Amino acid sequence: MTDPTPAQQSGPDAAAGTGLSRRRALGLLGAGALGAGVGVGVPSLHAGAAAPTTRSTVPFHGAHQAGITTSMQGHLHFASFDVTTRDRAALVGLLQRWTSAAAALTAGRELGVDGALGGQPLAPPEDTGEALGHDASRLTLTFGFGPSLFDGRFGLAGRRPAALADLPAFAGDVLEPARSGGDLCVQACADDPQVAVHAIRNLTRLASGVAAIKWAQLGFGRASSTNAREATPRNLFGFKDGTANITADDTAALEEHVWASAADGASWMAGGSYLVARQIRMLTETWDRTSLTEQEQVTGRSKGEGAPLGSRRERDAVVPAALPPRSHVALAHPSAHGGARMLRRGYNFVDGADGLGHLDAGLFFLAYQRDPRRAFVSVQRALSRSDAMGEYLRHTGSSLWAVPPGALPGGWVGQTLFA
Amino acid sequence: MTPWSAPRRALPAVLCLAALGSTACGGASAAGAAPGGPITVTASDTACELGRTAFTAGRNTLDITNTGSRTTEVYLYAEGDRIVTEKENIAPGLHYELTVDVPAGSYVVACKPGEVGDGIRVPVTVGGAATPVAADPAATEAVTAYRTYVQQQADALVPLVQGLARAVKAGDVAKAKALYAPSRVPWEAIEPVAEAFGDLDPKVDLREADLEPGQEWTGWHRLEKALFAKGSTKGMVPVATQLVADVKDLQSRVPDAELTVASIGNGAKELLDEVATGKVTGEEEAFSHTDLVDFAANVAGARKAFDVLRPLVERSDPALATTLQQEFRDVDHALAKHERGNGYVSYAKVDEAQRRELARVVDALGEPLSQLAAAATR
Repeated sequence: MTDPTPAQQSGPDAAAGTGLSRRRALGLLGAGALGAGVGVGVPSLHAGAAAPTTRSTVPFHGAHQAGITTSMQGHLHFASFDVTTRDRAALVGLLQRWTSAAAALTAGRELGVDGALGGQPLAPPEDTGEALGHDASRLTLTFGFGPSLFDGRFGLAGRRPAALADLPAFAGDVLEPARSGGDLCVQACADDPQVAVHAIRNLTRLASGVAAIKWAQLGFGRASSTNAREATPRNLFGFKDGTANITADDTAALEEHVWASAADGASWMAGGSYLVARQIRMLTETWDRTSLTEQEQVTGRSKGEGAPLGSRRERDAVVPAALPPRSHVALAHPSAHGGARMLRRGYNFVDGADGLGHLDAGLFFLAYQRDPRRAFVSVQRALSRSDAMGEYLRHTGSSLWAVPPGALPGGWVGQTLFA
Repeated sequence: MTPWSAPRRALPAVLCLAALGSTACGGASAAGAAPGGPITVTASDTACELGRTAFTAGRNTLDITNTGSRTTEVYLYAEGDRIVTEKENIAPGLHYELTVDVPAGSYVVACKPGEVGDGIRVPVTVGGAATPVAADPAATEAVTAYRTYVQQQADALVPLVQGLARAVKAGDVAKAKALYAPSRVPWEAIEPVAEAFGDLDPKVDLREADLEPGQEWTGWHRLEKALFAKGSTKGMVPVATQLVADVKDLQSRVPDAELTVASIGNGAKELLDEVATGKVTGEEEAFSHTDLVDFAANVAGARKAFDVLRPLVERSDPALATTLQQEFRDVDHALAKHERGNGYVSYAKVDEAQRRELARVVDALGEPLSQLAAAATR
């Protein structure tokens, strides 16, 4: 499942999904099998799955986690968690429960034996219920481990990959601790925001006593594309974003730039990737007062077509030397960073207002890469130093994640790390 | 740190082409017709023949005829194959005139029979300086007046910074603190022009938060932290000495600043951006909390830009001129509430509601002010 685009979602995993309305979970792992003993809302077997739908489900199991090369869904709910226990077995139990629940949720099923409505009337429902009547909406759930998970609490100090080196401070960072870092992350992407929110909410509930949510981000209107057949979407500056992104069908680029390999040092990460998540506030008010010419000079592309300045078409080759030297596109170009590229799948956000009469809006930047030291860090160093766009941006949140390989049926996400 | 004109010097003529008749070409910066008459371009299936390959800087006309049997395209490229102008879809037998403003430099004319490939390429040189168009006297007057203002501010800056440096050298913390904010006022008033000298701004006005790891911190804000956060001048003498040298450097370079009606108008907008994103939030003066002094100086600089451009705006958009007049007055009134003695109250004492009020008037001015450059060049 390296490319679970809608057209390809008819594999055996997709067939495990159910019809347009939610059915109760057909969990792969019961509470007893886990041995973790934290048995809140554990999905388990429930007979009688209905006819599958193939349109709205993205297979959960596979060599790589879904939600990376998956053609970008319309909405995001991203959550960072602090692990609140020091019990390694409890953490393993959580990952197993999350895996099982994720398989159910991404197939469009309700959680638990009895789901949202079928349980004891005097007991709280196992599934919170707000996704009843919604289909799977191409939900993907992607899990990651933050650098702090390797601090020794769980016997993982020796297993931290070199590529998971803390991001350095960049000039102009105004990072807020309440929007940065974390031990675990879950990226939920779906075409229906209610489905993504339902997933994070229920996974958070399943983590009770083991992990607690630290911060979360809602995103909309995908600000990038991982599908070469789609039109390039626009960010909140009104410019096409992600023209030169790595697409799901570019297997060679994925191997070279996105998927970690055992040869990179941490064999447990083979088939995984590293995710940099940055909350980038965009000062839309001052940007909107900037002339079209200036906006294009700052970006390095035309606003309409999205062509590199001086060229005609969006896909025309970018020649950094032909662009304004401090333009965003010129500075971020792979030629200036040893050829390093990233797979971006960021979302726009609007988190209300800032109290001074301005929107708190921007880009929740998500980029998957094989080694952030060679990709994101190199690019952001150049941008933070010189980017003409910098005065319209504030980096307010930052986190880095090791996203392990996918789970195969019967396995669980993170198994290679804890095994 | 907005690049205003200096870092983009390689591009202004191309900008003009992209937006002929719009803001970037306004005022006294436009080029006049180059002598020598039209340049014939005879595009056949196998050749691209030019009447001459030496052009004169300024306005040139390419007089193109397709004598071939295939539809063709003609491009004028600057270095790096940057398209200066182009005409596609010239059918066999057709004739087309392409008019373009070009600065001196090396270029390539390419004919593309069949509209494919890199084409048949002919190097050309553009020599000489552009003949200025008979400039709009009002525009010339505005640019001259603003240049005088910028130079006056730069001249006033030097003794103020020298005074600050003397206090630092004498180890007089109280005096240095008193002179700190006033020493920045002329800088803040002309910041977009000063920032155009891209190397200077980071040396004199970098905030601690904008430092790269390992970067040496110089300039006003380094002194600010020492004086206001540590109450000491220890180690600051070289910083103060360097700051004096840097503002003297600015003073000597101001005559080279590229000023046009459009850049003056955009500079006013950028000054208000500075207020909205740096001063209203209290980020600029994190230790001295003298943000309102900078705020007032930014507004004064923007006000000057409006004043010099006002005759042009009155001509093209009198309603905008009235609006700007009103919004500047509202900002002045809002600021006046925080005046104390010769300066302003510490921004640490300005509460959330008052900050919101300041943000509101700044935004109310910033929005119409963003129309200034376009209106003044119309």
